[in-house]
Amino acid sequence: MAKTIVPIGPYHPLQEEPEFFKLTVEGERVVAIDVHVGYNHRGIEKISEMKTFDQSVYTVERICGICSTSHPFACVQAVEDIILMEVPDRAKYIRTIIAEGERIHSHLLWLGLAGHFLGYNTVFMWAWKLREEILDVMEILSGNRNNYAMFTPGGVRRDIKAEDIPVVLKKVDSILPTLDMLKKAVMDDPVLHARTKGVGILTRDEAISFSALGPTARASGVAKDVRKDAPYAAYDQVDWKMIVTQNGDVFDKLAIRVLETFESVKIMKYCLTHLPGGEIKERIKNIPPGEGIGTHEAPRGEVFHYVRSDGTNRPVRHKIRAPTYMNLPTYKATIIGETISDATIILAAIDPCYCCTERLAVRDMKGKKLFNGEDLVRLSQEKTMQLKKKMGF
Amino acid sequence: MRKEEILKSLQERFGADLVEIVDKSAKRVYIEIKPEALVKISLYIFKDLGARFNIASGMDTPHDMEILYHFTIERINLIISLRVKLPKEKPEIDSLAPHFEAANWIEREMQELLGIKFNGHPDMRRLLLPDEWPEGVYPLRRDYEEWDKTAIRDRGV
Amino acid sequence: MSLKLTALLKSPWVFHLSTGSCNNCDIEIIDCLTPRFDIERFGMLLAGSIKHADVLLVTGSANRKCIPRIKRVYEQMPKPCFVVAIGECALSRGMFIHSYNCPVPIDHILPVDAYIPGCPPKPEAIIAGAVKLIEKVKNGTAKKAKNEK
Repeated sequence: MAKTIVPIGPYHPLQEEPEFFKLTVEGERVVAIDVHVGYNHRGIEKISEMKTFDQSVYTVERICGICSTSHPFACVQAVEDIILMEVPDRAKYIRTIIAEGERIHSHLLWLGLAGHFLGYNTVFMWAWKLREEILDVMEILSGNRNNYAMFTPGGVRRDIKAEDIPVVLKKVDSILPTLDMLKKAVMDDPVLHARTKGVGILTRDEAISFSALGPTARASGVAKDVRKDAPYAAYDQVDWKMIVTQNGDVFDKLAIRVLETFESVKIMKYCLTHLPGGEIKERIKNIPPGEGIGTHEAPRGEVFHYVRSDGTNRPVRHKIRAPTYMNLPTYKATIIGETISDATIILAAIDPCYCCTERLAVRDMKGKKLFNGEDLVRLSQEKTMQLKKKMGF
Repeated sequence: MRKEEILKSLQERFGADLVEIVDKSAKRVYIEIKPEALVKISLYIFKDLGARFNIASGMDTPHDMEILYHFTIERINLIISLRVKLPKEKPEIDSLAPHFEAANWIEREMQELLGIKFNGHPDMRRLLLPDEWPEGVYPLRRDYEEWDKTAIRDRGV
Repeated sequence: MSLKLTALLKSPWVFHLSTGSCNNCDIEIIDCLTPRFDIERFGMLLAGSIKHADVLLVTGSANRKCIPRIKRVYEQMPKPCFVVAIGECALSRGMFIHSYNCPVPIDHILPVDAYIPGCPPKPEAIIAGAVKLIEKVKNGTAKKAKNEK
């Protein structure tokens, strides 16, 4: 059967970020995928080396708008790892609250987008409406909806006021009934089951070979969560459970994210009610030469920061590894052999529009154009006629 | 296997290839190894010790090119970083990508940003930089200078 | 004001173009569509294809790989059209001004009609910016409105 290349991106309807996927299909089956990245490369590692340690925390906040706490969290832990310091208890709890709030809004965002890509716009609207409540909570706590700027090496920058806590708790409680409804809508919907169960399976061995992280790995039965494996901040003082499923398909990834949201609400509520007193920040005088590693479980997986200091007030090397860097290549395992209509959900972040035939050109393996849009319409009409004849209409 | 046992087994198996072991804290170990022994040591850590490949971080130090390969062993909450020092004139090392997929992208990235050559890499194309980026210009090196004369670097105020 | 512009202002359809941004502005743009802000009540709709769009919302600091593609997207857009730069990166590249991969600001690549500052701008700010752009066109002071006879 002739092979066809379907280009998706870099600018594509409803694709959030510019990315380019080259899907090679045989009939309906995807046989190969090539991912081109670099449309978002801004050289942050180099910029961070021009900044001081304090400034680089705000720099890494601008890596990703959705995980704008994860990168600073890992970055401050890397700086603290150079001098092997412990932050005050109150700072630990505030850090945990902010990180979990971010996890809730990030998972809701993804859930909404996933519903949107499946053509289930009700989920999209509900999830994003609910997400606004969490953004309000973050605005009360930090002063901004997205870039919180709460972290600094040695602690946090802002305290949580005592009079804010009841307001925040009430708001967090108020989202639970809607969250429950959303969970039922997602987990018990037969249409969603039909579209996502058994689709895009990542086996356990593949997850290990690709070093997949976060929900992607946990859906394949790899029980990895930095919050459990290497407890930091207040995660070892809260009772919560890691959610692991075994199938590795899209439905499991969906389910993990929905269930994790409840765990995050639990952690957030515990930390708010058990907030210890004391200082929120310990001053760091100077940072000696050395190197440190900081990790944090972001909504999408482990964030990894490596910071090297040479005794000045600037890092000489700041290596940043976001979770998607390890998770993106797993497409090679999940998408091959699936049909092209399922490819959209597996790629999850994109929704290719197949009506726009001018974007799609059938090419043979040497890249020569064989059909244009009109030919495709004619061919499909001919085929319909043939089928009609065959079936006796 | 605990941390001390891991360090001991590494010393027994690869004693001649280890240059220096820095036991920084309970959770972090930095081990400097000889470049030619990288594949066998990292395969031992990845396959036999059941570690997860975290990432590699290349760096241009004043004296040589340095790569750190970070591995995490979750069971005992330990990050092992293998340090490799390569000569600046000829930064070349064996690729890990044929052995496990996770190393594929980061080696492509280090090749274009730092100019380190990975022998035996299956797919050595550019990852991040555009096609019009000139050959032989590596942005993360210490001697990098702006090559694009049309770039605007002031805010115009 | 020409008939084309009158029709355009009744219900401006927007297309969202990310040119190497951190996703924050992009998310806030999508946020405008969701129940709390609901920009659709002003007749604005997020168009799936650039060929259906009247207003181009640009975010991000234009990295080298994106620049040729931004130009091509703009060429495909039906004219008259408006370009709105959203967020600090699209305005002046913000902290990415010294990045080796972001050589020029957006307004050296595309003719920008409105700037919405903020990192990220709140959805309210984006809506306010869109309203200001519409007023600007009605007064005939926008760049494209003058060119369009």
